Amino acid sequence: MNARFALPSLVLTGAVVALAGCVPNAPSGADSVTVTATDDGCTLSSSEAPAGTLVFSVENEGSAATEFYLLASDGSSIVSEVENIGPGLTRDLTVQVAAGGYFTSCRESDNADAVPVAFTVTEAESDVPVDEEREALLNQAAQTYRAYVQQEVAALVIATDEFVAAYTAGDDDAAREIYAPARIHWEAIEPVAESFGDLDPSMDLREADLAEGEQWTGWHAMEKDLWPPLDYAALSVDERQALADQLVADTAELSARVNADDFTFEAFQIGNGAKELLDEVATGKITGEEEIWSGTDLWDFRANLDGAWEAYVVLKPAADLTDATLSTEIEERFAALDAELAQYGSLEDGFANYSELTDDQVVELSRLVEALSESLSHLTAAAIG
Amino acid sequence: MSERHGVSRRAVLGGTGVAVGAAALAGAGFATGRATASPMQLRHYDFHGDHQSGIVTPQQDRMHFASFDVITDDRDALIGLLRSWSEAASVLMTGSELGTGIAGGSPLAPPDDTGDATGLPASGLTITFGFGPGLFSKDGVDRFGIANKRPAQLIDLPHFPGDTLEERLTGGDLCVQACADDPQVAMHTIRNLSRLAFGIASVRWAQLGFGRTSSTTRAQDTPRNLMGFKDGTRNLKAEDSDNVNRWLWAERGDGQDWMAGGTYLVARKLRILAEIWDRASLGEQEALVGRTKGSGAPLSGGNEFTEPDFTRPGAGGEPLIRSDAHVALAHPSANAGAMMLRRGYNYTDGADALGRLDAGLFFLAFVRDPATQYVPMQTAISSSDAMTVEYVRAVGSAIFAVPPGVAAGSPLGNNGAYIGESLFA
Repeated sequence: MNARFALPSLVLTGAVVALAGCVPNAPSGADSVTVTATDDGCTLSSSEAPAGTLVFSVENEGSAATEFYLLASDGSSIVSEVENIGPGLTRDLTVQVAAGGYFTSCRESDNADAVPVAFTVTEAESDVPVDEEREALLNQAAQTYRAYVQQEVAALVIATDEFVAAYTAGDDDAAREIYAPARIHWEAIEPVAESFGDLDPSMDLREADLAEGEQWTGWHAMEKDLWPPLDYAALSVDERQALADQLVADTAELSARVNADDFTFEAFQIGNGAKELLDEVATGKITGEEEIWSGTDLWDFRANLDGAWEAYVVLKPAADLTDATLSTEIEERFAALDAELAQYGSLEDGFANYSELTDDQVVELSRLVEALSESLSHLTAAAIG
Repeated sequence: MSERHGVSRRAVLGGTGVAVGAAALAGAGFATGRATASPMQLRHYDFHGDHQSGIVTPQQDRMHFASFDVITDDRDALIGLLRSWSEAASVLMTGSELGTGIAGGSPLAPPDDTGDATGLPASGLTITFGFGPGLFSKDGVDRFGIANKRPAQLIDLPHFPGDTLEERLTGGDLCVQACADDPQVAMHTIRNLSRLAFGIASVRWAQLGFGRTSSTTRAQDTPRNLMGFKDGTRNLKAEDSDNVNRWLWAERGDGQDWMAGGTYLVARKLRILAEIWDRASLGEQEALVGRTKGSGAPLSGGNEFTEPDFTRPGAGGEPLIRSDAHVALAHPSANAGAMMLRRGYNYTDGADALGRLDAGLFFLAFVRDPATQYVPMQTAISSSDAMTVEYVRAVGSAIFAVPPGVAAGSPLGNNGAYIGESLFA
């Protein structure tokens, strides 16, 4: 079997195309092919289907996990796939296909016996999006977003150095001044940083997330030290230095990882990242929990939004192949939220402290976040098609 | 504890109350009753028994839970409350009104029973009492002379990663869990027991629950929680007597003999970030849970009751069930074999100030030893279960020792037996 079978999937397990505003798994009018997998291989209910949206409904009647691939005419390049179908389970693979010759395969990636079977997609009456175009757009998106992440991390390294210099020198006023602007470079790429499960807790853990007896390090430990509550015992010079050294080392490690040759993105990660950035706003910033000592939540809010906008922009061309009205809706909702947030400041001029917002103002921001999040949650499926 | 059928709610004393059979009541569509009563609502359970009701009892669909602060230092007053609670519980569980009911008393005094459940069947009501750490000593003060009887198993729960507890939703010196198949019956119980407690104990916090999120017997279907997934598939069931004895009931020799036949209750109020969960893709939701949303089958294959296979490989050799999936972290195999009996409920408190659904899971677990059966599992889930970390917030938390039941045949009342008697003996 071709080595490409070992590549990570571009499609989430069980992912289906969910057009914005559409609830059904299988778009109406889609042709459907039933694939029955057994320990001996798989049987398709049909060996051909018309071009357009096609649903392969894969039932695993075998005793081991299986996966199903739609392969291009060369018999090895993966057009789309659904993995990890446990015994007794059924998964749908929804793809948009142009007319032409394809192959299907129903085996595990390392099974040398798997022989792809020809599958023909016949001409449809109307034009359908061509997968090659989508694939090129997604590849472009991944490269652009990777560069954006590297740029933000480079800025984070510089800003972190400035911050810890002031902090360890005991220049608290300067450190307080730099804290929020430095963190925007972290917040803008938060889902990427969080994907490194060891670095995120070391760098960004909030006090409430500590386990009993756990050592607290990172930005928020220094935040509390700079904006101390009443009963707080200030850190010693050595303790400050230890926190600073750890943060600088962690940031350097983050930089090394995002600049490594094997650091790559897939489109679904970008789209999900955009949604997660809004989730961050909805769960932490809108409630004032993220920056509980400094009250600089609106800086993080702005940075999360900017990161989500970047992710949206790179995926928009591919998403538009599926549903251009989705991007119109997303842009309108970004604009509405931008306008609301602009009342409270900007990255250039600084933001109001979170505690200055009235309940009504927080509610209004929250409503706009919910609306944008709802639209962004359909972006990944639209972009992948 | 046995199950009986067909007892109506009627006046215990007096005779001026209208005594009506449940069947007749149902047929007549009695003004304060339900138009029809299901067989479930006609069930009732005995108050007496080696163990308290409401633990291995087939889990009812509704709950009203209340945690109380004891506001007196008078040991006799506390014992008096436990006596009156025990007697009242035995009456309420038969579906009867308290005291002289709603119409049998003096016209110049408030009725003994608030009356809001009059005309309703027993509805399978169970009442379970528990003692919090504060009953044994509070702020270092041994108010009732029982500090040396605090069981080692009644630990102070640690702070779990991600806890965003609201002080007003934590702790308590006493608790009452009222479960029934009619929410009004459950609420009536807490309302009337609170009334009996005025001046001795006051409600610290309370929770209404609807829709059980676990099954405690094999005859019950697996319900769904507010995340839309089947919950309680692998719960410890009443029929698993070996495991129930091993993992649920305290025995003599566990440390405090007065707890023999009792157990420990951990209550956690877990808010679900519903709007955000609802925007997660189906693939992500299933991967986080480790089961399919439709059938509840583990992702390693089979049907709902197939044992998950955490090693069965999928694409690229990675297990079909992620190691940080909820089912992987909560499974006994990840917790030194430890099991627990869960009696969770869905809850909603309406909407929050931002218009978001204020709802989630009111998690109740009964275990013989919280330190070994609950804390390690919760620590793993709070720090590594991606579903919990991303989509669930713990806002309330409490722990209670649940004493044994009152022996069959024991008289109740002023000089009679009561829940917790062995503690004060």
